[in-house]
Amino acid sequence: MPDRELTFAQAVREALAEEMRRDSSVCIIGEDVAEAGTPFKVLSGLVEEFGAKRVVDTPISEAGFTGVAVGAAMTGLRPVVDIMFGDFITLTMDQMVNQAAKAHYMSGGHWKVPMVMRTTMGATRRSAAQHSQSLHAWFSHVPGLKVVLPSTPYDAKGLLKAAIRDENPVVFFEDKMMYKLKGPVPEGEYTIQLGVADVKRAGDDITLIATSSMVQVALGAAMMLEKEGISAEVVDPRTTWPLDEKTLIDSARKTSRVIVLDEGYGRYGVTAELAAVIAEGAFYDLDAPVKRMGAMHVPIPFSPPLEDATVPTEQTVFDAAKLMCKPS
Amino acid sequence: MTTATSKPESGRDTATEKEKWLHAYRRMMSIRLFEEQVNEVYTRALMPGLAHLYSGEEAVAVGICEALRIDDYITSTHRGHGHCLAKGASPDRMFAELLGKEAGYCRGKGGSMHIADPATGNLGANAIVGGSVGIATGAAFSAKTLGTDRVAVCFFGEGALGQGSLYEVMNLAQLWKLPVIYVCENNQYNEYTHYHETTAGTILGRALAFGVEAASVDGQDVRAVNEVAMRLVKRARSGGGPAFLQCDTYRYSGHHVGDINREYYRSKQEEHLWKTDRDPIVMLAKWLIDRGYTDAASLDGITSEIRATMEAAVKFAIAAPYPSVDEVEKHVYA
Repeated sequence: MPDRELTFAQAVREALAEEMRRDSSVCIIGEDVAEAGTPFKVLSGLVEEFGAKRVVDTPISEAGFTGVAVGAAMTGLRPVVDIMFGDFITLTMDQMVNQAAKAHYMSGGHWKVPMVMRTTMGATRRSAAQHSQSLHAWFSHVPGLKVVLPSTPYDAKGLLKAAIRDENPVVFFEDKMMYKLKGPVPEGEYTIQLGVADVKRAGDDITLIATSSMVQVALGAAMMLEKEGISAEVVDPRTTWPLDEKTLIDSARKTSRVIVLDEGYGRYGVTAELAAVIAEGAFYDLDAPVKRMGAMHVPIPFSPPLEDATVPTEQTVFDAAKLMCKPS
Repeated sequence: MTTATSKPESGRDTATEKEKWLHAYRRMMSIRLFEEQVNEVYTRALMPGLAHLYSGEEAVAVGICEALRIDDYITSTHRGHGHCLAKGASPDRMFAELLGKEAGYCRGKGGSMHIADPATGNLGANAIVGGSVGIATGAAFSAKTLGTDRVAVCFFGEGALGQGSLYEVMNLAQLWKLPVIYVCENNQYNEYTHYHETTAGTILGRALAFGVEAASVDGQDVRAVNEVAMRLVKRARSGGGPAFLQCDTYRYSGHHVGDINREYYRSKQEEHLWKTDRDPIVMLAKWLIDRGYTDAASLDGITSEIRATMEAAVKFAIAAPYPSVDEVEKHVYA
């Protein structure tokens, strides 16, 4: 019997529903999370099962309800906060960076903040500069936070369940362009440990390290490369922190060529960090400089041809990989 | 509002009343003498960094915390020593924290501005002005969701009235009828600027705009503060929802221990008036003596005893070891 398939959005919803059934302290807090089920309909049906006390609609007050979640997490609940667009994390920064991330450390280990912030990322939805950014690097920079970037429905479910059970504040970035992506998700209970990378495709000639939807782009590029006789390995860190440096370095040492792909801005960003990890851990095994590919360093434009030019595609990744493996 | 000549509270015998206010007196004097030692330790260059003294504002923390149970929550501020002591923290572990020692409440990792203590419901002092308004409201959200009857008190200075997050959470708290009390300690100065220069409209008007129960009280009169606090805490505990309490008070010292020359923003005459005419400890002492509950000599005895306790606490902290450097990466993650 073939594996059951779910969309990315269904996998997220199933993870939340299972954890809410398992643990009555898990609750959802955010804008239009109840009857509306969010604009992306990711949470549809949850308020009907769990009630308005556990699926809590809020005013449009990201800082306020994120702060409430921090305090609630310190005092016995496990809130999952919904920040509709990742661009709006700017409004929650003090609560996440100065409060959630530091409460455990500043209190000498006395208080814990077991909360999850779910939010979105990803361009090419024609949503313009304030609804399209991928700002996960910002949270990855902060000690005390964990940052998760699922790339498949299977990973989304297992990682979200692990994030909810984690004793720390975890930020969970969902690429909104993947909500309709289908993939196998087995029935039944499983979690995926945070901080364990996954080799999504084995290969010998080049490593494509990719996060979130860029994993799908890398897998597409790998198929194209295969036709050129180039064997690409696709490695998905799955979490930017904790970071499974060993799996990334092992792959780089095996293939000797690395492209790092991430939809955030490259400057001072996730690709910069991952490239540095490879440079420090695999320098003497490399046959070429590590290449970084990410969003262009511009506000995301509205106009479709301009927007499409800002992010890596299967074709641009293929071209870069081919050039690295077979310089003309 | 009670005054210094008010009658004994109804339903209380005088022995209970005497005990209650002598206890409050001790707490207030503990805060005053704790801060006296902090200044001393700072002046002797024994303390890393700075501290923000609570002297002059003792009636607020004590008046409020005497209305709370030990399992009720508080959040505190950069000027937080008074809140910690009023909620029941121990001076020796507080001084150890101020000196960055392992025996401190946060193993030395928090310092003066971040003392936290689960045993007394202290969710932590916060060095971001208005930074804990969400945390306190969240603790009240937990209390309501989990069906405990705990109450959360959020202490903040009038400087936090400039922070928008306060208005976001007051709106939420009123919508959800959360058991949280926002205590605005109006010590007149946002750092080095009088609040009249930073605050349009009225303070209470801010809470009233959300339909939040709001009151103001003389923050130098511990009995008046406590009377209002008892009412608001009882109301919150029984499902009546949030409240906002403005306590008008005065910061005797500078913004921090190093703020010595203050005449460019407030006069010595103003400071003198508050310290002589409006001192919360002197006011309570006078009331206790007038009622025949104690006499000046007994109060002097209490002062000496507490001063000795504080000096011993400082000695303990100075002698206590620093945390091992191995500790630096501990507690980043739970």
